[in-house]
Amino acid sequence: MRAALIALRAIVAREALRFIHQRERFIAALVRPLVWLLVFAAGFRAALGLSITPPYQTYITYEIYIVPGLLGMILLFNGMQSSLSLVYDREMGSMKVLLTAPLPRWWLLLSKLLGSTAISILQAYVFLGIAAAFGIVLPAWGYVAVLPALVLAGLMLGALGLALSSFIKQLENFAGVMNFVIFPMFFLSSALYPLWKMAESSRLLHDICAVNPFTHAVELIRFALYLDWNGAALGWTVLATGVFAALALWGYDPARGMSRR
Amino acid sequence: MLRASLIALCAALPTQADEIWVSNEKDDTISVIDVETLEVVRTIEVGERPRGITFSKDYSVLYLCASDDDSVQVIDPETGKILHDLPSGEDPEQFVLHPDDRHLYIANEDDAITTVVDTESRTVVAQIDVGIEPEGMAVSPDGKIAITTSETTNMAHWIDTETQELFANTLVDSRPRHAEFVKEGTELWVSSEIGGTITIFDVATQAEKGKIDFEVQGVHPDRVQPVGFEFTNGDTHAFVALGPSNHVAVVNAESYEVEEYILVGRRVWHMEFDRNREQLFTTNGVSGDVTVIDVASRTPTKTIKVGRFPWGAAFRPTE
Repeated sequence: MRAALIALRAIVAREALRFIHQRERFIAALVRPLVWLLVFAAGFRAALGLSITPPYQTYITYEIYIVPGLLGMILLFNGMQSSLSLVYDREMGSMKVLLTAPLPRWWLLLSKLLGSTAISILQAYVFLGIAAAFGIVLPAWGYVAVLPALVLAGLMLGALGLALSSFIKQLENFAGVMNFVIFPMFFLSSALYPLWKMAESSRLLHDICAVNPFTHAVELIRFALYLDWNGAALGWTVLATGVFAALALWGYDPARGMSRR
Repeated sequence: MLRASLIALCAALPTQADEIWVSNEKDDTISVIDVETLEVVRTIEVGERPRGITFSKDYSVLYLCASDDDSVQVIDPETGKILHDLPSGEDPEQFVLHPDDRHLYIANEDDAITTVVDTESRTVVAQIDVGIEPEGMAVSPDGKIAITTSETTNMAHWIDTETQELFANTLVDSRPRHAEFVKEGTELWVSSEIGGTITIFDVATQAEKGKIDFEVQGVHPDRVQPVGFEFTNGDTHAFVALGPSNHVAVVNAESYEVEEYILVGRRVWHMEFDRNREQLFTTNGVSGDVTVIDVASRTPTKTIKVGRFPWGAAFRPTE
């Protein structure tokens, strides 16, 4: 038990250290959603207001709509970033040291997941703070209520990152992750446009968006920010987290021999 | 036990809350909104094309301009039944109830006439020739002056209510839609929809003393069209509906500066406060809904679906 806690602390501390040492990464992680919020959303400002979809009670500007999607973006990129770091660890050999610890593999992976999620959430709150400074303010209690939603969404995307990292053998392949995971996941979701808007252009597009777990993570965050409950989004996010975690465990299964390149 | 059953009884009884009555121009109905739950609790069938809407001073009857029926309907607010029609002249659009609680001053849009109707004898007392397409109506708090604004002549017509004759005409910007006396009747505000301004007159001299311009970020100036407006407690601030700009402006009534713009539904025209002027209800014609604004924080809190093309709104206390 004590050993497990020591491992947890060590892994989380390593994540934190890595994060602190890479100030560019922190800034990049913030600049990305802020560019979307202050440049992209400004272009689509929709000064006349977006139609009302739950959980919104009245007309909103596009900047308000896009905030939960951008929180999802932070979690998504961070989840992928930590998978990138695992691939790096594997190339450098430090992963072998980690995985030979006399602890269950799932515990080590969970520790890693918790570490990366904690950092994602920190970034998400800094982003919310900056958005508020620009006048994009959400309901006061929403900032508290969103925490569990961010944790769950962070775990889901972190688990996805872990699962992916077990299949990516080289750093160079990370561009592929960008192209085939991050972009489709982000653009084929409710992050930028409400689903009914997608349905207007194509039913198929709408259906793809509706099964995308990232959509559900974003909706979970969106509803939580407005102190509203979305059971379907919660269910889908939990399910996806379970599936991604199982995939990660399978991918890192020593019997399967992840180190047997 | 007794207490518990009393509580249960109280919970079972529907608690009466104040209401906002909204006239739906295209649906020929009135939507009644509960101020507490912010939901439509009743829909009442009325005459054709209901627009101007106001209660008598004791709230015992509702007066409603049924424009395409060429009448003002008198409605029992308890039952929603139409009690009788008042002669109103052709195409009544807006009206105002004189402080004597008896005379209605009605703008007859198609006839270039303001009709004065006695609601007790149900007769036309006077018809006053005004400019073309009269619409905005106001009466000073002392009841001595009535105002009609004419949309095509672009004037505010000043009517002496003793003689029922015009005593002054003042030019305003294009298509004046709404007029209100404020600050105990010392100032008259007139909104101009196409001109995009509100003109403020000194009532004593009928001289223009100020003008308010509006500018909503990201919205073409042509779409910024001030129509209805209402004043907060003490007449310190005005909330101004800006039509198809989908915004309500908050204007400082002392400095005539716009302090804020609030996003509401599409094509907002008129509005009404609740009892303590804590919440404001705006009628959004094109989107067919009513947006509730929290007056203190100046934020929209909820938008409520009503009938098609809601036009006017009136407050009704239930106690």
